[in-house]
Amino acid sequence: MSRVSIQAEDFDPAAELAALEASGGGGVASFTGIVRGEGGLVALELEHYPAMTTAQVERIVGQALDRWPLLGVRVIHRHGRLEPGERIVFVGTASRHRTAALEACAFLIDWLKSEAPFWKKEHFADRTQWVEARAEDDAKAESWKR
Amino acid sequence: MADLTLVYFAWVREAIGRDEEQVARPAPDVTIGALIATLAARGGGHGEAFARPEKLRAALDQRFVPLDSAIGEAKELAIFPPVTGG
Repeated sequence: MSRVSIQAEDFDPAAELAALEASGGGGVASFTGIVRGEGGLVALELEHYPAMTTAQVERIVGQALDRWPLLGVRVIHRHGRLEPGERIVFVGTASRHRTAALEACAFLIDWLKSEAPFWKKEHFADRTQWVEARAEDDAKAESWKR
Repeated sequence: MADLTLVYFAWVREAIGRDEEQVARPAPDVTIGALIATLAARGGGHGEAFARPEKLRAALDQRFVPLDSAIGEAKELAIFPPVTGG
């Protein structure tokens, strides 16, 4: 009922949603993250810590399962080189009622941003730069601890 | 006891010019922050990568820990910038 994939390949959100809809709940919520092409971005490179990533994301999913009555959770996070418009991440949750599905989905994406071992590097035509962590993202993850 | 394996990610890896290296195992009560200061004193890429410890995060045996944690018996210490996934 919960599944985590860390992969270079693209995924099909419609197929993932259909699987969650079949979990028997009354509501499915999802978030799909897409590479923004702002400021002349040519590509985004996602590095991760292969020995840790899956286990760490599963721990984050475990926290969501402890906190909300979920019938299904699906997390997919891509790594490697991604171009503007490509999907980066998918979080889907199914529950009997909407509140649990929506809250758990928001919790998972907030925690993936600040607690999963991924690093983004932006490639522009003439330069590259590592994305800096934003205090705002840490604050969002922290807000779930209240 | 076996050496300690250090693994690096993102700009830490780029500054040092490698993704992994072995170092002589410090005493178990040595903290990650103290080891980082020792490595920074080597200068070069290590000096650059470890110049500002407040910009660094760490994991011991694939678990996030604060830099003031003792290294203990861990096999692998990862050092990297704050994460930016999602």
